[in-house]
Parts: sequence; structure tokens; C-alpha cells
Amino acid sequence: MKVLTADVAIIGAGSAGLSAAYQAASAGADVLVIDENKRPGGQLFKQIHKFFGSREHQAGTRGYIIGEQLLQKVQESGARVMLDSLVYGLLPDKSMGVISDGVNYSVKAKKIIIAAGAKENYMAFPGSTLPGVMGAGAAQTMINVNRVLPGKRVLMVGSGNVGLIVSYQLMQAGADVVGIVEGAPKIGGYGVHAGKIRRAGVPIYVGHTIKRVFGKEEVEGVEIAALDEHWNMIPGTEQTFDVDTVCLAVGLNPMTELVWMVGCQFDFIPQFGGHVPLHDANMETTVEGVYVAGDVTGVEEASSAMEEGNMAGVAAAEALGYLTTEEAAQKKAQIRQRLNTLRSGVFGEGRRKNKEKQIADMEIYRQQNGKESGSHE
Amino acid sequence: MRVEKHPILNDLGEQKKVTFYYNGRPMEAIEGEPIAAALMNAGIRVFRTTAKRHEPRGIFCAIGRCTDCMMIVDGIPNTRTCVTMVKEGMRVEKQEGLASLNSRQEEEKK
Repeated sequence: MKVLTADVAIIGAGSAGLSAAYQAASAGADVLVIDENKRPGGQLFKQIHKFFGSREHQAGTRGYIIGEQLLQKVQESGARVMLDSLVYGLLPDKSMGVISDGVNYSVKAKKIIIAAGAKENYMAFPGSTLPGVMGAGAAQTMINVNRVLPGKRVLMVGSGNVGLIVSYQLMQAGADVVGIVEGAPKIGGYGVHAGKIRRAGVPIYVGHTIKRVFGKEEVEGVEIAALDEHWNMIPGTEQTFDVDTVCLAVGLNPMTELVWMVGCQFDFIPQFGGHVPLHDANMETTVEGVYVAGDVTGVEEASSAMEEGNMAGVAAAEALGYLTTEEAAQKKAQIRQRLNTLRSGVFGEGRRKNKEKQIADMEIYRQQNGKESGSHE
Repeated sequence: MRVEKHPILNDLGEQKKVTFYYNGRPMEAIEGEPIAAALMNAGIRVFRTTAKRHEPRGIFCAIGRCTDCMMIVDGIPNTRTCVTMVKEGMRVEKQEGLASLNSRQEEEKK
């Protein structure tokens, strides 16, 4: 087995992992980023819409442009990026197993940052396994990255930002979106995205769900029904649509396998996608020297993933002595301010409260286990 | 179907093409794209059947997590086609059930 060493090993070359790599490497740390995909950037390169937030968050810049800029910064920072390489194991002593092109590597790093991201939720209904039923993110990858239309006529399930944005992007790619179905009594995502959908003439069926998808070998149509206040389907309200594709935008869940394996403690926060690792304000987990960043800490969006990555990268560099306490404190204060901005307003407030709970639970864990609390704060 | 023209992204333009074989049938793909994308472009949506109930499966997650898109690629069963790139001359076959490792052994005999 070949051995690779680094000051900081980062799992995942998406929004969070690349940001962490840039921060740690530009502070002087020897950084190794490992990603199972053939290309870096995670999900940034399929985001062709303009991002939100303030100017510091590059509001108004399209996701894939942000991805290119970030990649450029990482390349200049000197961080090594190892692609097409799968981290298959991470033990409590922080030893890491990686397989790349059939070769087994043992990675020895002083600090580890897990930025594994999230995967899409599934939803079960009759016909849900038929080819043509797919994740909205999968459809987005197909149209924007691979430039292939998954179908001609699409029904979207879920009116959160993913459902709204991908519906619009399916139309930009030339598909016909027959409607968006939303179980809740109101639209989940931002008004500006919903407005674009409505102006395009696509109906949004709130208080509705998917009843079944029919088809022999693949999707041939779909039936939806209205829901009563107890989320039960109301007989007689069924409508059918002639579609060849059904996209599911019903949330995501963090890919925490390695975080569990290394022995971290977890919270259960449904709004963040389920089980999420406890971490402090530096993004360090209950396993000393193991940090987390991005959707793996709770599903939010790319801008906050990048800021959490910045935080973890700065904290790891500081812990290794590449940044003085003062230098790190200044950087962290700026990052925290930007994170607070992202987690404010009607849509961000809930996420801020959940994040505070996650960090508070970390403090409680440290106190109960006699660990020094909030060492850098 | 290809997304040739796009209001935000550049037009697709000329791309380097490779030929691969789906169940023995020659097909065109863009060099470096996932097998699943090339098949989807050709209108093929059923990639495999399940082992017990022989139900059809196709692309679901497109990020290598769900295993719905597994096929036999150059004799190797259970290959995730959404994260495996097409190569010139590659042989891609629909997978029935779990497929057998014999398919690989037969491949190696050739």
C-alpha cells in the first residue's frame, strides 16, 4: 500500500472542499484534496443560475462561473487535487484508505476536513422506480453538464428552490414542463424563482401530491391528486398528465458515512436533512482534528458551503500553526459575518437557529466529556 | 436528444465523437461523457432489470450513489454508467439481474 502524507487532507472537491483547500493551502499548509469524480467542482458546474446573497457572496454571478474562479484560486494556492479517487474508509485514528485507478493508498494527514456533500431524497409511490423518474439534480446534471435532455415532457415534484430552478432550466434546455406539484399549501422556494416559472405559464399545484406514475417499461404518464389538511389524497381530485419524465425535488440528505465511521457524535435536525455531525464554530467535530464543511454538516446551499469550507480551512491552518491566533481571528470574524448574512431573513432564519443548536450541542458534549470547550473562540 | 442551443451556456458546437456499442449496436457519443448520458441521448432509458422481480431501472441520481444505472461494461457487471466515461470501442450491455462474473471471464478469454 502506498502512503501519502499531507498537513490537511480534504474529502470532496466541491464548494466546501475547494474553499477549505484554498484557505489552508494559501496559509502555507500542504493540502491534499481527494474526490471520487473525474472533475472537480462538485455540483457547482451544473448551477447556471445567478447566485443570491450580497456582493461578497458574488450575488448575480452564475454558479459555474463561481466554480471556475474557485478552481483557479485552488490551483494557484498549491493544493494537490486527486481526482477519480475514492475514500473508502476513515478510522478514529484518522487513518484513511483511498483507492485510485486500482491502486490502494493510505493517507496520513494531521487534519482532515470532510466535505462529502449531500445526495437527493427519494420518494416512494406506485411506479416510482420506472425509468424516467429521476432526481431533479440528476436531470440538471444531464441538461447543463452533459447537454442531454432527459425527456420532452416533464412533471416536477417539489417547489423548493431546486424544484423551481431545475424546472426553469429544463425549459431553457428545450423541455416542456407541464407542472410543479407541491404537497404543502404554499410554494417552498424564493418568490423570484416561482415568478419566473409562473410567467412561463407553468402551473404550480400546491396542496397536491403524486398518486402514481404509469407505464410498462418506462414513464408514460402521471396522476396527481389534491391533499386534505391531514395530507391524505382527496378522492375525485385526480388529474393525469401525459409525460415521459418525472423529476423529484424533495430535499437532500447529508452523505455522512465517513463522518459516522470516524466516530463523530451527531444531532438529528430534520430541516438539515436528518443526522448531522456536531461541530464547533471552527467546524471541528467531536473527533479532534476532524472537521466538516458544507452540506455534510446540514443541507443548505452552495454559498454557505463555501463559507463553511473557508472556516474549516482557516481553523485547520491555525491549529497547525500556519496562521497566528490574530490572523485567524480576523479571517474567521469576516467569514462568520458572511455566514450570518446568508442565514438571515425569512428563508435563512430557521437555518441559523438550527446551526446554533448544532454548535450549542457540541459545547454540551465537550463539557460532559471534560474536553476543553471552544478552544479558539 | 442533445441540448444544442442554450440561452445561457454556449452553443454545444462541434464535439469530438467516439463510437461505442450498445448490445452490439454501434452508437455515437461525445468523447469524455458518461455512458448514461450517451444512452439517454439515444433515447435508451432501461439500463437493467432487477434480480428478483425483473423490473426495469434507469438513471435516477446521476452521481454514482443509487446504482440504478448499472450495466455490463466491457464485460464487467454492476458498472455505474453515470460515472463511467465512454471510450472508443467500449461494449455496453443491458444487465439482467445481478449478472454473472462469468461475463468478465468470457471477456478475458477473448
